[in-house]
Amino acid sequence: MNITEKILAKASGKKEVSPEEIVEAKVDVAMVHDLTGPLSVETFRKIGVEKVWDNQRIVVIFDHLVPANSERSAQLHSIMREFVIEQKIENFYDIGRGGVCHQVMPEKGHVRPGELIVGADSHTCTYGAFGAFATGIGATDMAAVFATGALWLKVPNVIKVNAEGRFQRYVTPKDLILNIIGEIKADGAIYKGIEFAGSTIRNMSIDGRMTMCNMAIEASAKTGIVEPDETTLNYIKERTNKPFQIFKNDPAATYEKILNFDITNMELQVSCPHSVDNVKPVSEVAEVSIDQAFLGSCTNGRLEDLRLAASFLKGKKVKNGVRMIVAPASQEVYLQALQEGLLEIFLKAGAIVGNPTCGPCLGGHLGLLAPGEVCISSSNRNFVGRMGSPKAHVYLASPSTVAASAVTGKITDPRALEV
Amino acid sequence: MISGKAIKYGNNVNTDVILPGKYLILTLDPMELAKHAMEGLDPLFFRKAQGGAIIVAGRNFGCGSSREEAPLALKHAGVSCVLAESFARIFYRNAINLGLPVLECSGVSGKVEDGDELVVNLGTGTIKNRSKNLTLRATQLPEFVMEILGDGGLIEHLRKRGLK
Ligand code: SF4
Repeated sequence: MNITEKILAKASGKKEVSPEEIVEAKVDVAMVHDLTGPLSVETFRKIGVEKVWDNQRIVVIFDHLVPANSERSAQLHSIMREFVIEQKIENFYDIGRGGVCHQVMPEKGHVRPGELIVGADSHTCTYGAFGAFATGIGATDMAAVFATGALWLKVPNVIKVNAEGRFQRYVTPKDLILNIIGEIKADGAIYKGIEFAGSTIRNMSIDGRMTMCNMAIEASAKTGIVEPDETTLNYIKERTNKPFQIFKNDPAATYEKILNFDITNMELQVSCPHSVDNVKPVSEVAEVSIDQAFLGSCTNGRLEDLRLAASFLKGKKVKNGVRMIVAPASQEVYLQALQEGLLEIFLKAGAIVGNPTCGPCLGGHLGLLAPGEVCISSSNRNFVGRMGSPKAHVYLASPSTVAASAVTGKITDPRALEV
Repeated sequence: MISGKAIKYGNNVNTDVILPGKYLILTLDPMELAKHAMEGLDPLFFRKAQGGAIIVAGRNFGCGSSREEAPLALKHAGVSCVLAESFARIFYRNAINLGLPVLECSGVSGKVEDGDELVVNLGTGTIKNRSKNLTLRATQLPEFVMEILGDGGLIEHLRKRGLK
């Protein structure tokens, strides 16, 4: 079996499972945030059970509407706070205590290899970076998990993506995942898992692996996963002391298909409006003028991303007429960036540094776009209307491309600004 | 048996189009959400769907965010069933959990035009296109999914049959 199958076998109490098999699986951790939480709670109440299955295994994180930007958002928050108190949920990250859910989950030790984790958010697949099986579910599924701690899952066929070679200067894991999605397309992994492997992944930091797994959903995958190794364990051991089980691929593990990527000559990549799989090398979109640059989100709001962007902005200015918004992914990332002097670099460059929140990525809280405006963003979706007006245009790119573009006012290959 | 007029869309219709994020923040009231369904793609959708309609789409319908408000809004706008070449899995589960039937039907987007009269038999997975006098076959739903749909959604299903 491959690791995906092994985790699902364990979660469903079986010795073996195979693709397409439907299993009733036990959930290790369930996460909701302030936007999907209220409907999950309302639906949970309709089931008519009083207590959640296990209040230690539920994590509630506020990130989408932080801090509340309207009376209605404030109400959504209070619905969740009441639920947290009523159900005695300890793992609650209120405003100022956490940040973007997919960053906070591993950071605060709620993700361990070999676990089955569900979240009422499509980018829950991010935790596959730690060798967990993690997937997004909707509010009704979540309500059922709150009540029973279990849900049915179809064991997915898995596509193995092998990436070999070293990145060129300033090329990042974001460029690689955009490149992969451009190849396999937005529906290329529908109902399937994607396992990322190969020397490029082995040499990749946890931050980079999270970026890769985060965007598995953009190829419609059920989850992305990386076989745990020393990099994984070094991170996990610092964050949690709860026991966990490491699964490794059997030598005879089978995959639906294996795709090979040689990244040696890969350029920086940009995903163009209005589809994530509309990916082009940066050289083909250079010269597109931008109004806004966003650095943040669960895809690229981590320390490594802020460091990279800051290295381009140091001593430079965000171009007049361009607004740059930086939102570190968590309080911890924010503090570390502060201590390293990164925030000062952003501020001196004329960017604003917001609090840890989903921010402009969500298109409903702050940093929205007007009709006709263009944004270059380190986030993960450029659908019509995603970041505000349906007439706005969103380009997705790596943190280095976002920073370089903010400086020149048009989409720019960071190598043009050689640090 | 479900019958209704087809409203047709293309590939990769995502949940940001089905229901933009800004409305999630405004209300949990399904009828209010329904009024904004498909707004970005088809401003006339709500009017067209009133009284029952069947959405016919290409590949990967419902991709993107996990927001259950997307199928909820479609259902309350009057959609009785969605037929597509394929579905994004979170949308697929959400729809079934809400009691909105979704059927995978390969070739459907080539054989149905906007406004065609359709009759869907969930039990057998057959779809009749009355306007074109054609019969299509959809992938049959597993029995336990039929049970959930029959009970009117996952919550009713759990209430009726008890928690395991
Ligand atoms: S940062 Fe964007 S993609 Fe990530 S959880 Fe928040 S809204 Fe979703």
